[in-house]
Amino acid sequence: MSRQTEGQQFASALGMGNASPEGPRGDSPVLPPPAGPLYEAKPKPGSARAAEGETLEVAVGPHHPSTHGVFRMDVVLDGERIISLKPRFGYLHRNHEKLCEGGTYLMAIPYTDRLDYFCSLTNNWAYVLAVEKLAGVEAPERAEYLRVITAELTRLLNHSCLVGFLLQDMGAMGTPLMYAFREREKLVDLFEELTGARMMCNYMRFGGCRTDASAGWLERTRRVVDDFPRFLDEFEDLLTSNEILLARTQGVGKLSAELAINAGVTGPMLRASGVAYDIRKAAPYGIYERFAFRVPVGEHGDVYDRYMIRMLEMRESVRILKQALKEIPEGPVLNPKARRRNFRPPVGEAYGRLEAPKGELGFYLISDGSPRPYRFRIRAPSFINLTILEDMCLGHTLQDAVIILGSVDIVMGEVDR
Amino acid sequence: MVEEGLRNELSRQNIFLTSIQELYNWGRRNSLWPLNFGLACCAIEMIAASMARFDIARFGAEVFRPSPRQADLMIVAGTVTKKMAPMVVRLYNQMPEPKYVIAMGACAISGGPFKRGYNVLKGIDRYIPVDVYIPGCPPRPEALLHGLITLQRKIAGERLTGPERPRHLRELEPSEYPIPAYGPYDLDPPKNTELWHPKPFVRDA
Ligand code: SF4
Repeated sequence: MSRQTEGQQFASALGMGNASPEGPRGDSPVLPPPAGPLYEAKPKPGSARAAEGETLEVAVGPHHPSTHGVFRMDVVLDGERIISLKPRFGYLHRNHEKLCEGGTYLMAIPYTDRLDYFCSLTNNWAYVLAVEKLAGVEAPERAEYLRVITAELTRLLNHSCLVGFLLQDMGAMGTPLMYAFREREKLVDLFEELTGARMMCNYMRFGGCRTDASAGWLERTRRVVDDFPRFLDEFEDLLTSNEILLARTQGVGKLSAELAINAGVTGPMLRASGVAYDIRKAAPYGIYERFAFRVPVGEHGDVYDRYMIRMLEMRESVRILKQALKEIPEGPVLNPKARRRNFRPPVGEAYGRLEAPKGELGFYLISDGSPRPYRFRIRAPSFINLTILEDMCLGHTLQDAVIILGSVDIVMGEVDR
Repeated sequence: MVEEGLRNELSRQNIFLTSIQELYNWGRRNSLWPLNFGLACCAIEMIAASMARFDIARFGAEVFRPSPRQADLMIVAGTVTKKMAPMVVRLYNQMPEPKYVIAMGACAISGGPFKRGYNVLKGIDRYIPVDVYIPGCPPRPEALLHGLITLQRKIAGERLTGPERPRHLRELEPSEYPIPAYGPYDLDPPKNTELWHPKPFVRDA
């Protein structure tokens, strides 16, 4: 099979090939395909083969099982190796920022749920932090504990699902993802009991949390948290020293600490490159100073380190959870002085940020004294982590690009907003 | 047609009666192959439905195919933006007949929470025919299973001949729909007028 037809078949399997202009019955109206080829062989400087014009452009996505949503990479291949990769965003641009500017401060909270739909609770918290800074509201003690507990549960959920998806991208169809979703079900059950929704929790409010946790909920959470290390051991037995996983991930997609810092990469990606920067330690928010936990740091900045960092972070989250569940005090969960209806923060601006499972999530708000934010801006970690995708993928094969993308941990809702 | 009581009686005697139509529909409705196609948040619940706890395999629909050429059920799970809508229609066109569409979640039905957005398509049924709508934001996996069972009932009731036969058995009905283009202001055309007939909204006096 020549390389060109291989590419054509690949592209059409992705839904990107030229659909036949006529339907099978030849009677249906179909608009003509877009002018010009969707991919073409174009000489690129730098390699002998490229000089002969023997490169191949493949559009991976927007419909592709391994792109984690509607994301597209325009890849130029020289033989098997990637010589250029352009991420294309915008297929899930849902106008979050504009819609939130059109509504009141309270109305923006459900939209934050839908940004990074694995971690609705940390999104809530980051937004609420910004509003609390803007208006100078404080949350009661118990609410702060509940925030830490739900945020760390979210981190467990996100990281375990991410590892499952990463393994799915490597070709381990089913099993690791199945295990991860088994744990996810336990965690979303807790969320459902506490907030009424499995995914879109809409739980935090400026000045506290919406509902109180019952003693039974805390007990069930304790049980889930105590059980979690067993799952992690099982997962690690299965994966950490697995020969195939080592072969596929070690030395793949290296990211140097300089580049990571210069590009503004945050979260597990940055720590895997050897930079110990965690907002929970560097600029503690909430009550994180009270807990003892370590920040795992990688050495090589490859996909394996990113995988490992997430496994270790989950163990640290379990540690934080155990402390928080032990110390949680009784009391109200909502500050009675904080208004939610007819809420008008004073004129000013505020930036609230926290360590979301994917990196630094920040909300930048400008208030003009009206009930609606004048400017609502989201600093989405996965968007910024994605900008260096090309640098990590150059010289690797397309299969490696897929797992490098998987290890970045993106959610398109947040990338495109 | 044999009447129901007699059929039950015969089946107790280990005699099974069926018709080609029933056999055909029975086979097809129990082996729907969905397209592995997630757009946004709802896709996570779709994945959850295919995992161990909800186990969509009990209903014969666990074979998620990455290629539209091998799928016969499209679950539109998530927000369809105007940039993505042409691809969704193209994927639908590439699926072989007979094919079905489930619109999962408020976004796929109407734009959902993002309906006021400038870049969000207000319902995928403007371009492709939808068989089952599942409301929710996101619908629970149980709701997806219910939607799937509803679709299976619909398939079970299909007739192979006669004037009531479904779309894919009529020669004059199209099996592909025009793919909208990304125009300067909006999708062009903004809706497929042959397909989309919303009920006029009447306010009570
Ligand atoms: S209906 Fe809700 S959960 Fe589903 S895609 Fe739309 S916003 Fe997300």
